[in-house]
Amino acid sequence: MPSLPDAEMPDALALAERAAAEQVHDPHVADVDLKPAFFDWLCRIGDNALILGHRVSEWCGHAPVLEEDIALANVALDLIGQTQMWLSLAAEVEDKGRTADDLAYLRDAMKFRNIKLVELPNGDMGVTVMRQFLFDAYHFELLTALARSESPRVAEIAAKALKEVAYHLERSSDLVIRLGDGTAESHARMQAALDALWPYAGEVFVADAVDEAVARAGIAPALPDLLPKWERTVAEVLDEATLTRPDRRFDVHVGGKQGRHTEHLGYILAEMQFLQRAYPGAEW
Amino acid sequence: MYAQMVKSEGKTDRAEMSPEERAFQDRIDANEKIEPKDWMPDGYRKTLIRQIGQHAHSEIVGQLPEGNWITRAPTLERKQILLAKVQDEAGHGLYLYCAAETLGVSRDELFEKLHSGAMKYSSIFNYPTLTWADMGAVGWLVDGAAIMNQVPLQRTSYGPYARAMVRICKEESFHQRQGYAVMMRMAFGTPEQKEMAQDALNRFWYPSLMMFGPSDKDSVHSAQSMAWRIKMNTNDELRQKFVDETVPQAEYLGLTVPDETLKWNEERGHYDFAEPDWEEFFEVLKGNGPCNDERLAARRKAWDDGEWFREGLSAYADKAAARRAASDLAAE
Repeated sequence: MPSLPDAEMPDALALAERAAAEQVHDPHVADVDLKPAFFDWLCRIGDNALILGHRVSEWCGHAPVLEEDIALANVALDLIGQTQMWLSLAAEVEDKGRTADDLAYLRDAMKFRNIKLVELPNGDMGVTVMRQFLFDAYHFELLTALARSESPRVAEIAAKALKEVAYHLERSSDLVIRLGDGTAESHARMQAALDALWPYAGEVFVADAVDEAVARAGIAPALPDLLPKWERTVAEVLDEATLTRPDRRFDVHVGGKQGRHTEHLGYILAEMQFLQRAYPGAEW
Repeated sequence: MYAQMVKSEGKTDRAEMSPEERAFQDRIDANEKIEPKDWMPDGYRKTLIRQIGQHAHSEIVGQLPEGNWITRAPTLERKQILLAKVQDEAGHGLYLYCAAETLGVSRDELFEKLHSGAMKYSSIFNYPTLTWADMGAVGWLVDGAAIMNQVPLQRTSYGPYARAMVRICKEESFHQRQGYAVMMRMAFGTPEQKEMAQDALNRFWYPSLMMFGPSDKDSVHSAQSMAWRIKMNTNDELRQKFVDETVPQAEYLGLTVPDETLKWNEERGHYDFAEPDWEEFFEVLKGNGPCNDERLAARRKAWDDGEWFREGLSAYADKAAARRAASDLAAE
């Protein structure tokens, strides 16, 4: 082949098999009783990363300043990378021969398990930044806890993702503070974004039977345990940003975790899944 | 090549040069790098600002045709690769605007000229990306054509530009490989995928050839730029090199270059090939390409919609500086 010999890696499969053989043994992965809850829970984490990563990637080339084009692409890239790890583990736990790509590209909306917050449209940069901050503050606490999971497979993914998400939180907190305490206009936009997103922010903390099952198995923390830390981070950042915490419930819009979504998700999937749906079985 | 038809001003005749200009030309002829604080003729400075600015604008506008497919990338891996690639392009824009700043022009001034239409970007980014195969064709052909010009520019006379180009070339070369990898998947895939791959080659072949700019005989600014070593090869040399390297790659893919006259010339040791339609090229430069209006509108919108964001950050920075000054004063 002319002049570009190493574009593809012919021994990728062999490398993957070797890596799989060296994989840490994790009894949770093959636990039949735990399987439905574990699978569902892994999809929740993976789908949050996938859908938020998709939304953030929509900014590519359209950000308000060049440094933001680069930073947003970076955050999206981290999240899609995390998606690949979580959904690969989900597929392995499910053990039906599906891959991470099958889960991402061939499920319909009712099978998606992300929270509604991450599927909301980008709006202006105020909405994008505030959505990221509310999610990052939760994501950081979740991954910090998961890095100590009794499931070694979960713990190793969490440890890698945590390094990235620590940076996401630092960046989104910083932007919320600067824009909240910037001009009158930037303050008003950030407050409007907070008011609009607040009723979606609490869905992650509403535990159901799936969350409780993985918590009992020692895989994940009990969700209510994460809430005080999230509350503290949010209070500190909003205070420094001179923004006012809305005086209403933060768990109005729930159900995404169980597959009941906003109208927006269908359009995301129509776009994201187009090629896989239009050309079934093709390799890309 | 991301710089086309860059107007250059200066004197090539030694007899007309001032002693300073002669000394400057001697440094260039001795392959010395010119650094930001060194004396340089106004024409050299202006020409470089035009060229680096046009190159930077091309990287920024160039995010759009590929960004168009990020949300539709067919696998998680392809989505990551494409995101990383488009992010690299934004990074190239950043280094290049920084290189231009060393010549005394700010990024905001250059943006203003892009948005007003006073400065151009490469004609290639005014063509639409219609199928996923275009992500392959853009990497393979467009980045491939860009590399032809950018590799020699690593040896260009202006230090900051040459150094920016070193990193850019490493990344562009990777981009070209990923583009070719996409093309391989498509060309060796299903009949529909192969059809998309051929269609992408049909649409991008001539616009890629145009990237090198008009033929040398019609390129009025080349001689001065070459004397200053800010243009290292003629347009025709680079175009020929591109065709010679690309044709066997197309053959390997089993795709047909859309040029019936394309033929290996044993005597010349090069391919003979058809010229692109230069009338189309000049129309695209004038703003009449398929996507000129959309591309520029997208960039203007990003800038205008982002004004409150930039102002918010600046206002905070001013307040924070004032607070620091006040607390330093209190501490004294």
